[in-house]
Amino acid sequence: MSFYIASSPHHHQRRTTAKLMQWVLIAMLPGFLAQLYFFGWGVILQLLLAIAVALAAESLCLLARDRAPSTGLQDNTAIVTAALLAVSIPPLAPWWIIVIGTLFSIVVVKHLFGGVGHNIFNPAMAGYVVLLISFPVQMTAWMPPTGLATQAPSFIDSLYLFLFQFTSEGFSLEQMRRVDTGAMLDAVVMATPLDHLKTQLSQGATLSEAMQHPQFTGLAGMGWQWVNLGYLLGGLLLLQQRIIQWHIPVALIASLAFCALLGSILAPDYLPGLSIHLFSGATMFAAFFIATDPVSAATSSKGKLIYAGLIGVLIYVIRSYGGYPDAVAFAVLLANLCVPVIDQYTRPVTYGHRKEQG
Amino acid sequence: MAVEISATSKLWRFPGGIHPPERKAPANLNNIQRFPLPPMLFIPLHQHIGEDGELCVAVGDYVLKGQPLTIPGVNNGLPVHATTSGTITAIHEHPLNHPSGLTGLTVCLEPDGKEAWYPRQPLNNMDALSQREVLQHLQAMGIAGLGGAGFPTARKVAGAKNIDVLIINGVECEPYIASDDRLMREHAKEILAGSHILQKLTFAKQLVIAIEDNKPEAAAAFREAIEQFSVTADFSADGADPAGSAARTNRQPILKIVPTRYPSGGEKQLIQVLTGKQVPVRGLPADIGILMQNVATAYAVERAVNHGEPLLERVVTITGEAVKNPGTAWALLGTPIDYLLAQSGFKPGKKQRVIMGGPMMGFTVTNLQIPVIKTTNCVLAPTHKELTPPQAEMACIRCGACEIACPASLLPQQLQWLAKAQDYAGLKQHHLADCIECGACAYVCPSQIPLVQYYRQAKAEIREQTIEQQKSEIARQRFEARQARLEREKEERLEKHRKAAEARKAAQAARQSEATATEQDPVKAALARVKAKKAQQTAPAANTESPQGPAGSASQTTPEHKVDQKTDQKDAVAAAVARAKAKKAERDRLAQAENNNEAEKPIAAKNAPDHDKKDAVAAAVARAKAKKAERERLAQAENNASTTNTKGSDNG
Repeated sequence: MSFYIASSPHHHQRRTTAKLMQWVLIAMLPGFLAQLYFFGWGVILQLLLAIAVALAAESLCLLARDRAPSTGLQDNTAIVTAALLAVSIPPLAPWWIIVIGTLFSIVVVKHLFGGVGHNIFNPAMAGYVVLLISFPVQMTAWMPPTGLATQAPSFIDSLYLFLFQFTSEGFSLEQMRRVDTGAMLDAVVMATPLDHLKTQLSQGATLSEAMQHPQFTGLAGMGWQWVNLGYLLGGLLLLQQRIIQWHIPVALIASLAFCALLGSILAPDYLPGLSIHLFSGATMFAAFFIATDPVSAATSSKGKLIYAGLIGVLIYVIRSYGGYPDAVAFAVLLANLCVPVIDQYTRPVTYGHRKEQG
Repeated sequence: MAVEISATSKLWRFPGGIHPPERKAPANLNNIQRFPLPPMLFIPLHQHIGEDGELCVAVGDYVLKGQPLTIPGVNNGLPVHATTSGTITAIHEHPLNHPSGLTGLTVCLEPDGKEAWYPRQPLNNMDALSQREVLQHLQAMGIAGLGGAGFPTARKVAGAKNIDVLIINGVECEPYIASDDRLMREHAKEILAGSHILQKLTFAKQLVIAIEDNKPEAAAAFREAIEQFSVTADFSADGADPAGSAARTNRQPILKIVPTRYPSGGEKQLIQVLTGKQVPVRGLPADIGILMQNVATAYAVERAVNHGEPLLERVVTITGEAVKNPGTAWALLGTPIDYLLAQSGFKPGKKQRVIMGGPMMGFTVTNLQIPVIKTTNCVLAPTHKELTPPQAEMACIRCGACEIACPASLLPQQLQWLAKAQDYAGLKQHHLADCIECGACAYVCPSQIPLVQYYRQAKAEIREQTIEQQKSEIARQRFEARQARLEREKEERLEKHRKAAEARKAAQAARQSEATATEQDPVKAALARVKAKKAQQTAPAANTESPQGPAGSASQTTPEHKVDQKTDQKDAVAAAVARAKAKKAERDRLAQAENNNEAEKPIAAKNAPDHDKKDAVAAAVARAKAKKAERERLAQAENNASTTNTKGSDNG
């Protein structure tokens, strides 16, 4: 009788890439649900369309590259990219925004560089930056979180705004804003906390004046702090499941916190403090879900610390001195560029190669 | 700084490592069994690292249990022995217990069931013997490292100087395997005695026994054995220690329990766990004062020294869900695997794998006729469900799980890219050679990349390439030597031709001056002319046919013999023509022969003694260079072998 031949090891941990990606999606749930609660139905519409476009684009790219889509799609990486991008953009941005972003992420950033495992840049963040630069108006039109909005758009209105940029009664986002002009708040569209602070500070207001705005309650702004806490929770789940290692989130948060503390000691009136930096914007999302993308991150443990530390510093610098209110996408892409150099200089010392005394 | 370990000294951590399911049960639950004698034993001459011994039996011979089948040959190869009494029915090529599936010379022994022993010679007075004599005995008993690679124990001990610590490795970190576990539980006392013999031989100051914390019963057995061991009993009679430094030798064994983590049984890893030190690259543990032996080796040493028994059997674990009665058994070397499996109730399933060794480092076999050899510690027959073969390889997502798992602090992922790109320089730079092929990286890889397979292939390719380079270097040296010789010969030939030409010119000049001198004498010339005329009248053809021309012929021919000369001259001319032709033919032949000679035998030039001398020198230089290259290659091979050994003994 003939026996089956295989190369050692004959035993394998049953944890495939597809399973890892499933865990990432599961871990996104708390943050995603917080976003859904505070920012309405648009979040889910963006997600569904992004996933559909990503799967279609992935299949076509795999076909064009002579790979079997059936096996290529199994790794779930396209779905994760789509989900990461979908939760990054304003929930009521028109449908073509997410379509363009997803296509760019999957086709250009991922497959034109050689497919999964070969992309230099984080696909979701590269797609996000393309959208932010190309469509700044749509990409900064975030809604006020539930609780501040005078009227939250219904599911039907959200769907209409998403598809046609008009509500079922025929108002555009801009018109809805004007309807409510008398009110202190924008009705549907509002600057994010970081955006608001940036604008106010650049107009000469002090930090405490800028934070008079009613959205600054709790740690770091209504809604946003909960979204951040949600992603923190999901991130801890990833750590507990050993889907990600501690190096990147810890280094990113630590370096950002260090910069924020230093800034608030040096210029407490003009630079936002620790809690704003950590729990507003996309900080936790970046620390656990974006920077931890294995493909575009540094590989060695030491390299990961440097890489994530660099992202933290860049986030702080761009937020404080750059032209954009949030900086995660730019910081991650810039750090992606440094990865080959970081990898080159952080190779671990192989067993027996250590110089020892005695 | 000397290595020192105490019962309470700190344990270190090696980087990486994994926790695969151990699955030592149920194989480790029952006592080591002893199966009936198999109907036929296949004892291969090659069972260990190093050269084979020389065959000293013939087909039809009746041999006794323990009788040597081979004797140490020219290269001091380890002998193998008849593992029971019986008749040698054949000596032929038989499948080897090796991943290659190649065959090797094997003695087929049909047991007669009497188990009649060849005379045994225990070393009762070991203390009176020198280290060398005891090592010779171990060599004659065929003792090799039973942990993995099978490095001859005597050679390992002889090569180790200034040993501080002798570590007896009972870690057995590879899943499924329970051979050492059972041996330690049942024979801790003998292992301890063997360890003391090894300690005496190595003059190690300390004796450390290391066991993983998942074998509490084995540890308890050792604790008991150590308690029973009386330190003073034979301490005073420690005559083997030449420096008389019995006092500095602490014979109280230290039992160290190390945390379970694969591959903590690896020689290098265990050294790091126990001492925090690393074996330097391209070095041996002895370089940092450490020698490691497997528990089963220590047991075999005890049997050889105290009972005079050669290495005839070993404990083999037969396990896996395709086996009905998994367990451990004493297997005679040469027992075919299918006999062991049949005795254990093997039921092969679909796509059945039979693995020699454990699931992490073992190799699959196709032929179950392969025998148990000195390094066989486990026969694993898993079901398809139990150890699912890897799925199709997917793209690397650079997750870095492999790097976290690597106990050698390599970058498995980069090595994989480099191996796929066949970038051998890059692989060297990333220290591929330091990979111990433990399989931890491939175990954790979410993309199911068979990383170890890539490394093995790359290592083989690099080995091939190195051999090719050495070959081409030798060829280059030979070519250059030949070019130099040809150049020299050409110059010498030209020089010879030049001299010959000069001589010819000189001769011609002499002749011409002679001729002119003749012409200057008118009387003589006139006489000659008359004579010539007369001669012409009798022999008109002679002048025209003579190759020497009229002047020569005139000067040589004398009038007195002109009549006789007529016929003589004709003959002479014909002979001269023939000679010229023959000369030319000879020249052509010689030239061609030399050409052939040069083309076929570049070094062996036989033209002149002078050349010979020079050529001989050149050839000697080339030979010396080749010899040196060969020596270096051998040294490296040995180094590699010892690395493998390390690896093996670690996991054993």
